[in-house]
Amino acid sequence: MAKIWVDDKWYEVGADQSLLEACLELGFDLPYFCWHPALGSVGACRQCAVKQYRDEKDTRGRLVMSCMTPASEGARISIKDADAASFRAGVVEGLMQNHPHDCPVCDEGGECHLQDMTVMTGHNYRQTTYPKRTFRNQNLGPLINHEMNRCIQCYRCVRYYREYAGGRDLDAFASRNQVFFGRHQEGTLQNEFAGNLVEICPTGVFTDKTLKKHYTRKWDLQMAPSVCVHCGLGCNTTAAERYGSLRRILNRYNGHVNGYFLCDRGRFGYEFVRGEQRIKQTLARQDGKLKPLPKAKAIEQLGRVLPGNQKVIGIGSPRASLEANFALRTLVGPERFFSGMSDQGSHLVSLMEEILRQGPARTPSLSEIEISDAVLVLGEDVTNVAPRIALALRQSVRQQPMEFTDKLKIPRWLDHAVREAIQDVKGPLFIAAPSATRLDDAATATYRAAPDDLARLGFAIAHALDPQAPDVPDLAAGARSLAEQIAAALKSAKRPLVISGPSSSSAAVIEAAANVARGLAKAGQAVGLAFTMPEANSLGANLMGGGDLSAAFKAVEEGRADTVIILENDLYLKAPAAAVDRFLDAARHVIAIDYLSTPTVAKSELALPAGAFAESDGTLVSSEGRAQRFFQAYIPKDDIQQSWRWLIEMMRAAGRSEAESWSTLDDVIAALAQGISALAKITEAAPSAKFRKLGEKIARAPNRYSGRTSMLANINVSEPKPPDDPDSALAFSMEGYQEHPPPSLTPFFWAPGWNSIQSLNKFQSEIKGPLRGGDPGVRLIEPPETANGSFFSSVPKPFAARPEEWLLVPLYHIFGSEELSRQAPAVAELAPKPYLAVNSEDAAHLQVQAGDQIEVNLAGTAHRLPVAIHPDLPKGIAGFPAGVVSLEGTGLLAWSKLSRL
Amino acid sequence: MLSPEERHEIEAEIAHYPDKRAVCIDAMKVVQKHRGWVSDEALGDVAEFLGMSVDELDSVATFYNLIFRKPVGRHVIMVCDSVSCWLMGYDRVRDHLTSRLGIQLGETTPDGRFTLLPIVCLGTCDHAPAMMVDNELHRDLDAEKIDSILEQYK
Ligand code: SF4
Ligand code: SF4
Ligand code: FES
Repeated sequence: MAKIWVDDKWYEVGADQSLLEACLELGFDLPYFCWHPALGSVGACRQCAVKQYRDEKDTRGRLVMSCMTPASEGARISIKDADAASFRAGVVEGLMQNHPHDCPVCDEGGECHLQDMTVMTGHNYRQTTYPKRTFRNQNLGPLINHEMNRCIQCYRCVRYYREYAGGRDLDAFASRNQVFFGRHQEGTLQNEFAGNLVEICPTGVFTDKTLKKHYTRKWDLQMAPSVCVHCGLGCNTTAAERYGSLRRILNRYNGHVNGYFLCDRGRFGYEFVRGEQRIKQTLARQDGKLKPLPKAKAIEQLGRVLPGNQKVIGIGSPRASLEANFALRTLVGPERFFSGMSDQGSHLVSLMEEILRQGPARTPSLSEIEISDAVLVLGEDVTNVAPRIALALRQSVRQQPMEFTDKLKIPRWLDHAVREAIQDVKGPLFIAAPSATRLDDAATATYRAAPDDLARLGFAIAHALDPQAPDVPDLAAGARSLAEQIAAALKSAKRPLVISGPSSSSAAVIEAAANVARGLAKAGQAVGLAFTMPEANSLGANLMGGGDLSAAFKAVEEGRADTVIILENDLYLKAPAAAVDRFLDAARHVIAIDYLSTPTVAKSELALPAGAFAESDGTLVSSEGRAQRFFQAYIPKDDIQQSWRWLIEMMRAAGRSEAESWSTLDDVIAALAQGISALAKITEAAPSAKFRKLGEKIARAPNRYSGRTSMLANINVSEPKPPDDPDSALAFSMEGYQEHPPPSLTPFFWAPGWNSIQSLNKFQSEIKGPLRGGDPGVRLIEPPETANGSFFSSVPKPFAARPEEWLLVPLYHIFGSEELSRQAPAVAELAPKPYLAVNSEDAAHLQVQAGDQIEVNLAGTAHRLPVAIHPDLPKGIAGFPAGVVSLEGTGLLAWSKLSRL
Repeated sequence: MLSPEERHEIEAEIAHYPDKRAVCIDAMKVVQKHRGWVSDEALGDVAEFLGMSVDELDSVATFYNLIFRKPVGRHVIMVCDSVSCWLMGYDRVRDHLTSRLGIQLGETTPDGRFTLLPIVCLGTCDHAPAMMVDNELHRDLDAEKIDSILEQYK
């Protein structure tokens, strides 16, 4: 703590802060541009000037940049001082000389930091009469719009993109009045986190190109706290609506999870909600085709199928909320409920849950991943599977070097000085995966091998850490010495971390990672163990329990079931097509609840349109084990309703008593918390629908929301009453509490004078720290104090390439591998084309070249794919783009002959 | 493709530094010495040679006004427009040059003989107005002198 004086009043502020951070934390309105809480200070824009005085006798003082000056004990400053104020106004005036003043047509308008700062400094009239410099803009791909004339040269974009996110294709060009921020040549920005430029750029240079297609100003959006559904990490998002359609996704700060940043899949994948593939009407099979059927008729039909039917089973979903899964489980009964994961998926997720539950290693939050100081990634391409982890790891490699800059007494927020001192030095990060990953450039060493060999490396590391862990006999010398190098790096770290997951479809890889973590924990180290999860609620689905898909298939095959209710799940992605066909054909009644018309929906007799994430309330459990609530941004149109509501209607149709006592989300949550002890704590994920602040519900729309009274005037000139929301403490209205809702119920960030996302400073208990009132979400899995369990002992045999067969291994792509986001046009545009990758040696052996057609034979089905050469793939392995080409079938790795065509 | 000569000269520079990216400016000067300017293609080649992205290298290239990213004439005239020269008759020098050559600042004569560029301070204020042609300094300029200087460059 330090005591500082601001305009003759003293305040206690945190140690190790700049004056700017301290002032913002104290609630002062001090303008800035180039400083960003996640990027630190560089003193480039000169916007944050204040007057600093030597002591109480100093009456002249001198101007300093508050972002570059430490808030040291006894510091005396003035924000109000006339010199400082006019200096700040002058800086904005200078920056605005060349600005096009085109706010009315700028997508940033109304949530622009430059607008806010201009107003804050009091610069109102442009006096310059010279012509403004103009630039040619670039097409930066389908995600991001570029309008360079609005640039104020704060350099945030390149600092974020290059230094924070590791991108290399965005830069500053030219000099003086001509400085240009963009690419050397037009083209899609290559970094997977480029979308954050939309929030990093304080003006309208980089804006969301997908939003542009259906643009709405921030003040006209109805918003709700949501959670990303495009991987298992559960980044917090803000979903925003106007006129009944989802307009955009914005980052929603959570100090423990995503912090300030999302990945591009999470930001731009939302358009599937608006897509052509949506089911909007209740559909029933008539004359062999699915045709719209009035909802009431569908309920009647359910009333004929369900009551007294002893042969109903339910297949849940790792992408559906806990509430929806639980409602289905309640409808059919726990023993007739199946989790909806593939057999192998379910096996691996259970294994990971078991490991996390047993301990001793604890699963870290994303913000803890970021401060790990030695990391092993075993078997995952995190950039493409759980992308936000990759961005966190790019910061983790700075941890050890920053201990050096600490010794030099450079404050960590003094970003440029820290980076100058560190140069290219990176802390330990080891990546072992079947193929090259997009994070390799940040790695100390990489290892490319088949899944079994990855596991063997892991087991060898564990053995090097603790001789009680099983050894790996006959390990190649190179792998042995790498294992020792990794063990040594992890051992000497303060906060070592092991990351693994199910991507290589290998239990051995997961067990090996667990052994490494156990070895470190036994030596008394505070080790983290993070697993990626295949879908947004995989861990939640697993905690809920339920058999795997084969068991469901068997129930129908053996005649124990003939009616199947499938919740938000495309079974064709989870099991071989032939098996799914057999299952769905054998069942007498197939009822699907989903938002997209998947191949599974196409096979059903009744399809009930479900609300997608932005149209639903519920809880998801992230790979960290954090239960997080998401809320409806709007009530969906047509027949669409939340899955759990459909299920309540089914219960009613089936004559079930629960239907009477369940009418709101809170009812379902209460029953769920009571019924499943592992999930009991989810009630704490957010306040209930009864919550009120100053007697009011929380407004989903900002104060300036316009057109409220006329939006529906074409239907009725009287303004309709806003719809009720029985399920949450949020109101579908601008009327209600606006100021500081509890973090899990914050629909948008806004503060007087701070219309942009930078208003976040006003919502944090400390800058860059937790939100006031605590970061949203509740952790469900904590390892016990005293570790139990022992090392896994089944070390696999070395991988042996087969003479004429190849092991088919899925390769993941941030754009294309995930089921929902690949339906979003902008994401689909960036997805890879189908391919089958082998290394050069194998290609030569097969006598194929890149682009040649090759045939894969799998379970009797032939797939033709163009060859791609990935030089780093191990011999004997063929990679295919997961999700883009469906060779997954059982989720187990398969061998196949490859034949040249 | 970089010529063997260019590679050789760039490698000689690399030997002086711990990090080869440090020679990026020199490398572009080498290319410019041989080719007169740095094309997109040459930029890509140099970037690859130094382990940089093209964007990174172009960022450096475009910062310096003496790295030419567009073709220039056989001779580059840089006429000083800084304070001393401006006081001492830069306007006249510029007007004479533009009318003699029939081009504006930033342009190249149709026969590819001269490119005319402004420059800030040639460090010879006591002999203003001044200009530089290729690597030679010309001072105390007047119309007559300019005419005879131009004759020296074919
Ligand atoms: S483009 Fe935006 S972030 Fe980049 S320098 Fe300009 S104003 Fe700053
Ligand atoms: S990392 Fe995962 S959860 Fe986070 S934004 Fe990306 S897809 Fe969504
Ligand atoms: S914020 Fe301090 S100089 Fe830019």
